[in-house]
This record gives sequence, C-alpha cells and structure tokens, in this order.
Amino acid sequence: MKLSYQIATRFLKSALTQTLIIILGIGIGVSVQIFIGSLIQGLQKSLVNTTIGNAAHVSVTDDDDGFIKDYEAVIRSAVDADDRIVAASPVLNASVLIEKDGESQSLLIRGFDLQRAEDIYEFSEYLVEGAMPNADGKVLLGVIARDNFELSVGDTISLITPDKRTVECSVSGFFDYKVAAPNESWCITTLPTVQAIFELEDVVSAIEFQVDQDLVFEADAVAKNVAGAIASDSDTLIVGEWKEANGQLLSGLQGQSISSIMIQVFVMISVVLGIASVLAISVMQKSRQIGILKAMGIQNGSSSLIFLFQGLILGIFGAIAGVLLGLGLSFAFTTFALKPDGTPVVPLYIDPAFIALSAAIAVVACIIASLIPARKSSVLNPIDIIRNQ
Amino acid sequence: MGNILELKNINKIYGTTVKTQVLYDINLGFKEGSFNSIIGQSGSGKSTLMNIMGTLDTPTSGDVVVDGVITSGMKASQLASYRNQSIGFVFQFHYLLPEFTALENVLMPYRIGHKTVPKETTDRAKELMKLVGLEKVMNNNATQMSGGQQQRTAIARALLNQPKMILADEPTGNLDSLSTETIYELLRDINDRFGTTFIIITHDRRIAEKADRIIEITDGRINLDLLKNN
Repeated sequence: MKLSYQIATRFLKSALTQTLIIILGIGIGVSVQIFIGSLIQGLQKSLVNTTIGNAAHVSVTDDDDGFIKDYEAVIRSAVDADDRIVAASPVLNASVLIEKDGESQSLLIRGFDLQRAEDIYEFSEYLVEGAMPNADGKVLLGVIARDNFELSVGDTISLITPDKRTVECSVSGFFDYKVAAPNESWCITTLPTVQAIFELEDVVSAIEFQVDQDLVFEADAVAKNVAGAIASDSDTLIVGEWKEANGQLLSGLQGQSISSIMIQVFVMISVVLGIASVLAISVMQKSRQIGILKAMGIQNGSSSLIFLFQGLILGIFGAIAGVLLGLGLSFAFTTFALKPDGTPVVPLYIDPAFIALSAAIAVVACIIASLIPARKSSVLNPIDIIRNQ
Repeated sequence: MGNILELKNINKIYGTTVKTQVLYDINLGFKEGSFNSIIGQSGSGKSTLMNIMGTLDTPTSGDVVVDGVITSGMKASQLASYRNQSIGFVFQFHYLLPEFTALENVLMPYRIGHKTVPKETTDRAKELMKLVGLEKVMNNNATQMSGGQQQRTAIARALLNQPKMILADEPTGNLDSLSTETIYELLRDINDRFGTTFIIITHDRRIAEKADRIIEITDGRINLDLLKNN
C-alpha cells in the first residue's frame, strides 16, 4: 500500500509537466462545473426570490362567502401542523376606486396585521418615502400611484367603494417593490381600516403563509398538511400554493436545471476520458518499471494500486485546482460584470455543499478513470518486458 | 547438499500457428551453494531457460521444482512471493527504477514483501552498497550512475532479501572488461561468503570458465555439462 503510493508519487513527479497539465485539465473541468452550477443556482434563486420572495407561498381562502371568521384558530392549526411555515398573516382584500381631480383608477386595498405581514412583505424594506401607517385610516401607496396622482406624504385621498360610498384616508408613505402591479394598484393599510370601510365584523378574506426560504419547493407538501389540519375548523376553506399558480416558471426552472446537469455531466465525461487515456499511456511509459517490479515479486494488486493512487492524487489536486479556479472565476464575474447600479449582472450562488460535491465527484471520476490503466498494470506480464528489452 | 532447483523434461514452444521449439527435454539440477554458468550462442534458448527457472515464464511441458515444490501448481500471488523471497535477479539491462535513488532501488525487494523497513534492513542495504563499492553514490538517482555502477546496484538489490539463488542473465553483457572482472569477483565473493547459489548466463566462454560448473546449450539442447573439480 505504502510502496504503491510512493511509486505512484515518484511516477507523477518524474513526469512533472505531464502531471501538471493533467491537474490543470481536471481543474478546468471542475471549475467549469462549479461556475456553471453556481451561475444556474444563482439565477434560479434570484428568479424564485423575485417571483415569490415577497408573496404568500401557501394561502387559505374561503369558498363559501369569501370571508374567514375565526381566522386566528385557522392560523394556529396551520402553524402547528407544519414547522416549515415561518410566517403567517391574515389579510382582508377588497377593490376600491381612487379619485382625484376627475381622474380615477382601481386599487386593491389590502388590510393587514402590519406586524405579522412584515415577515412576508417586508414593507419597511421597500418603503421609499414617509412612514408605516401608525393608526387606522392611514394607507401606503405604490410609487406609480403616487406619480399618477401627484401625491405626497400626508395627503388625503378619496376612496370610492363598489357601493358608491366615499371614504377618506391619509397617505403615510410610498413603497417601491420594483414590480409594476403592486406599485400601481396596491393600497396597504391596517386590517381594522378595511373592516371599517366595508362595515364588516372581524373577518379576513385570506390567510397567507410563507415557507422557509430554502424549502419553498416543498410548498405543495406544506399546503397538503395545512389542508389536513384546518379541515376541522371549517369545510369551506381551500388551500392554494405558489407552485400551482406558477407552472411556467417551474418548468422553466426545471429545464434550466436539466441543461445545467447535462453540461456538468459532459464536462465530467470528457475529464474522465482525458485522465483515462493519459494514465493508459503512462502504463505504457512505465511498463519497464512495472515489469521489473513484478519480476521482483510485487503482487498484481499492488501494481494496480500504483495507478489507482495516481488517479486519486491527480483527482485530489485537480479538485483543489478546480475549486480555486472556479471560485476565482465566480469572484471575478461578480466583481467585474456589474449592472449600472453596482449589482452583479447575474447573482452567483456559492453553495459550499455543491462545491464539495463537485470536488468529490471529480475525485471519484479520476479513480474510475484509473481503473483501466490499473487493470492493464495488473495483467502486465513481466516476461513480455524482459523478453522485449 | 540437495538440489535447490530442478528442471524436469522442460520443453518450450513459442507460437500457436507457426510453432518454434526453443528448448528440448531439458533435465537439470542445481546444488545449493553452487556457482553455475550456462553458455550458448545468441538464440540458443539460454535466456528462455533462465526465465523459466526464475518462474517468469512457464514451460510448454515439463516441471520446474523449487525446494521440492512443483511451480506449475502455484498461484500467481504465490509465485510472486516466491520470487520476492527466494530469487535475486540480475538482468543484462540493469532494470533499476529511474524514479528512485540507488539505495531505494536496493531496498525495493524488501519493501515489496514488507510494510515497513526496519533500521537493520536499511543498514544491510548500505552494507551491500559498500560491498559493491557504491557507498558514495547510493543517494544518487539511478539515472545519474554509469552502466557499471547501475549493474553493481542491481547486484546489491538482488542480494538484499538474502535469496537462496541468484539468476543473472548476461550481468556483464554491456560492460567493459575491467568492470566485468570486478563484477565476477564480487559474485564469487558473495557465493563464498553467503553460500548463495548462482546461475549465470553468458555467451562469453572466458567468464563461464570461472564457474564451478559449465552447462552449454546449443539449439535448445544441453550440449555439455562440465563440473570442475576443485
């Protein structure tokens, strides 16, 4: 074992240039893998985050009259049913018209328990002007609505309900979600404000849940659990989740993942073939040495081990080179390829587990690649070397 | 003393479609501690004979018996261990490992058979390097030595495991006459000191005459088997 290892290292050192070139080859393969993997993962994370980062992953609505009465009990059962749920917020949504100087536009007025909704919508993060509503009757509007109606903080706006009543609210601030729909038509306020406008008792129209960021793709399972848990509270409640509403996004993500895996698999195959052929040539180069070692009585197993060790050593150094190159490439990409606002063109997602996996795959692939030369070395007959000197 | 190695009715035929017989019914026995030479022209079959004696090659028919055991019944791994423990090879073309120093090459047979090298073995290897007159260059890489030095290193290597038998194929084949003389004296000296059996293959009659027994092979047959009386 030790002897095989030492012979392997001496063989590699004796052809140092060749060894370094192989290591570089493996390294480039691994770095491409790491870079592509991080890029695709980063793209997907940012896409998912933009799409559902500030939205409900699972929501409960009522199929009967549209209102959920004992919503706190529903929240409790749901949160107890699944510990992947990290945020829960009741909301009362309704439509109103905003009118100013003869111009009007429809708004979605959303009454939240602002403290709990903050966990999902991060209002304070996106607030660009003014402050959060600190009392009933105060609302937040999007920046597009602000510009359309030339509003400023402290202004009073007139909201017209579907049954033609006019209610006045004061604007406490403006938000910018960088997405047109909420910026144009959301009107965020407290739950009692909306209940008062529509003369409703303490009811909500939906309960929204957010799942742990890393587990968003398990939303369907969470929804199932929630549905099971709240069935006893009311039989008219229906549970929805983001995945069924975003089928196209999901198939897009899946396509991306598959193509990324394809690229990685083919990169690895070419690395394996490269190493296998170089090591096979090295068996030919070293056949004199293998022959004399066998004449001196080295066992076939030990003579195979020499080449398995070479594969292992090349794999380890290649993986290290690959990780360094890959990280360097990723660092350069996120540092130098920037958008005008200074953020990277593509946000990379550096996942240590993924990098460790890529490195491990490279090492295993190198060992597999060395199986053929190891076999060749094992069956090499010393007499062929001695006779053909 | 008994025979350390016996060849019984050895035939060797190469090729399957065009058959070439290189050895015909060879019967030979070698006494323990003897110093033998096998001579013959190029192509007479003497190298094939040595490879068969060294268990590197197998006869087409006939038996090789070492210490009373027929080798044809042994597994590849057993043969490898047997070669490692009982035979020292000295080839015409030295066959040192160029990736290792002279001393490491000398230690190689021991390392093949054992996991660790105790200090006594390293000391013995150094002693052997001294015996072959190479104590000054023992840390040189094999490639940085002259032909004669490489051959003497190969002899030290063959001796390390204190084998019962040393098989040498033209050990001085590509050396000048002075080195040839030195190496033969060295081999005789080792034979006297350690009682190692030597079987030396050569095509040089002058060298063969220094042995106690001369066996001449002509066209795959024993032509002469001469035992000198000391």
